[in-house]
Amino acid sequence: MTHQTLPRQSWTFSNDINSEIRRAAETGIYDIRGGGTKRRVPHFDDLLFLGASMSRYPLEGYREKCDTSVTLGTRFAKKPIELKIPITIAGMSFGALSGNAKEALGRGATMAGTSTTTGDGGMTEEERGHSEKLVYQYLPSRYGMNPDDLRRADAIEVVVGQGAKPGGGGMLLGQKITERVAGMRDLPVGIDQRSACRHPDWTGPDDLEIKIMELREITGWEKPIYIKIGGARPYYDTALAVKAGADVVVLDGMQGGTAATQDVFIEHVGQPTLACIRPAVQALQDLGMHREVQLVVSGGIRSGADVAKALALGADAVAIGTAALIALGDNDPQWEEEYQKLGTTTGAYDDWHEGRDPAGITTQDPELAKRLDPTATGRRLRNYLNVMTLECQTIARACGHNHVHNLEPEDLCALTMEAAAMAQVPLAGTNWYPGKSGF
Amino acid sequence: MQSLDMSSVDLRTVNETLQAAAKSQANATYEITNPRGSHAVAVGLDGPLSVTVKGSTGYYCAGMNKTASVRVVGSTGPGVAENMMSGEVVIEGDASQYAGATGHGGLLNIKGNASSRCGISMKGIDIVVHGNIGHMSAFMAQKGNLVVLGDAGDALGDSLYEARLFVRGSVKSLGADCIEKEMRSEHIDILKDLLDRAGADAKPEEFRRYGSARQLYNFKIDNVDAY
Ligand SMILES: Cc1cc2nc3c(=O)[nH]c(=O)nc-3n(C[C@H](O)[C@H](O)[C@H](O)COP(=O)(O)O)c2cc1C
Repeated sequence: MTHQTLPRQSWTFSNDINSEIRRAAETGIYDIRGGGTKRRVPHFDDLLFLGASMSRYPLEGYREKCDTSVTLGTRFAKKPIELKIPITIAGMSFGALSGNAKEALGRGATMAGTSTTTGDGGMTEEERGHSEKLVYQYLPSRYGMNPDDLRRADAIEVVVGQGAKPGGGGMLLGQKITERVAGMRDLPVGIDQRSACRHPDWTGPDDLEIKIMELREITGWEKPIYIKIGGARPYYDTALAVKAGADVVVLDGMQGGTAATQDVFIEHVGQPTLACIRPAVQALQDLGMHREVQLVVSGGIRSGADVAKALALGADAVAIGTAALIALGDNDPQWEEEYQKLGTTTGAYDDWHEGRDPAGITTQDPELAKRLDPTATGRRLRNYLNVMTLECQTIARACGHNHVHNLEPEDLCALTMEAAAMAQVPLAGTNWYPGKSGF
Repeated sequence: MQSLDMSSVDLRTVNETLQAAAKSQANATYEITNPRGSHAVAVGLDGPLSVTVKGSTGYYCAGMNKTASVRVVGSTGPGVAENMMSGEVVIEGDASQYAGATGHGGLLNIKGNASSRCGISMKGIDIVVHGNIGHMSAFMAQKGNLVVLGDAGDALGDSLYEARLFVRGSVKSLGADCIEKEMRSEHIDILKDLLDRAGADAKPEEFRRYGSARQLYNFKIDNVDAY
């Protein structure tokens, strides 16, 4: 019997890597895709709750109240936003998403008692009409930006960065620039639409402060002003956002989704969500602004456990993008045959920028968009938001808290050294985390 | 005419008063004195109103203006008439950076010079500058007209879309995808109308027209050197 070694694949040059080299060689252009980072990075899965024990007692699951309400914008705004649950819908543009998808997000969020957010390209009637609380994004491109929509929004979110691409602008490919999208953005139909990476009329925190003052003067100091930052330098970015006058800081980690960005950007720029929260909270605490300026965390939030962990680390609320789309029907196995035709499979479909989404969500094709029933899928989103809230409450009660905001780092331990260091909670079974001195 | 003196009336009151007056559709006339470089003066006006600001202002004067007329007898800081929708804003002096940024409509008439990034990302506004403009003006300009009686700085019209640029003097350099274009009769007509409305002492025939070569509209790998 002869013994042969098995054909050995290289870890450095894996099939995945090699296929990308071949794709680049063939096309001469980088890969653009939707979604967030696909590699595994330290995440909420690496944390566990301890639960109640001898030293603290739990709340009765079905009888004792555990509050989930959150108020955003208490610092300066005359009309802060009151939400029933600590989970909001993140900004996703009409253009990237179909009108039906925007309507479904509005319906689901409103039924669950939370807010939705516009995106690059302006406000649509679908979302204004169906969202009881709508946050209006103020982006570098200013596509579709107009003072009437600013005035009919419930809050304003100045977008400085996104977790999927801190430091990057946007790109909506020609396939999705239909007449309606082009009209809203004042651009010719069918061209690739670039979104600038910097705002056109301010450059740093000093003039952002003046910009925010202008926005407040135009809207009578009524509306909360959020500043959205990508997970780059969370301590300083948060501190500077507070300095610039934010009522709310939205912090989006690297797992955060995008409608269309270079793969190299999504996978290699920015810090994991888990690594961003403690520095941001620290900045707020150092300024005496924790809970005064609210912190909304996003990027890879999937379950009530993720929500509870983000809150325990000091966030006031979370925002979801990708998970909301999945709840509506994105990457659903019912479309497998069509995914196969597009050269992909359920769960891996990420060519959201091409506008051929079988589920009718990331498309501007009227036929495909029709597949998404906004009423039915809006209900699915409501169900999903309710489940996440119940899960978060279950954990909070088990930790003995009568409000989800009472969750704290002390409720947590970490499964890995990395997570322990990032979350600054002890490695399971120890009372130590990397960086903690005095041991 | 009603007068608001900013040495005693605060900004909030000034804007609240002007916004309410514009909204009431009464065609009222206001005068603002002693602006002393204040930011966000006369912003968010939405309705027929004439405002004269006597003195110089800081950032974002007349920001997001709709329908109203604002005249500044002085100079303005960065972002004057940013995202203006309609109406008219006249600056008797000079304007700082990003004048008329992302403006969707109306006329911004600058009697002096404008600085860098004049008309950046403009989306339908008409801007007439009687003096010179700085570098990177009309960057990613989408729609509308930028008319310059003097000279333009470096990288004019970089990455621009469908906006029309008319310059009477010299252009230090053109940005990526911006080229000189033929001045046809329809352009002469547009220009003549704008010069008339801005009270500019110049003839359309003295100008050159610049616009997009439209080579960067759809990403092509052969164009990467342009960036
Ligand atoms: C389809 C899609 C479109 C998006 N469009 C925008 C946008 O217009 N503006 C913005 O600030 N963020 C945008 N984002 C990012 C989201 O606001 C949010 O930061 C991110 O989705 C959160 O991470 P998650 O997807 O893991 O929940 C988009 C995300 C997706 C998935």
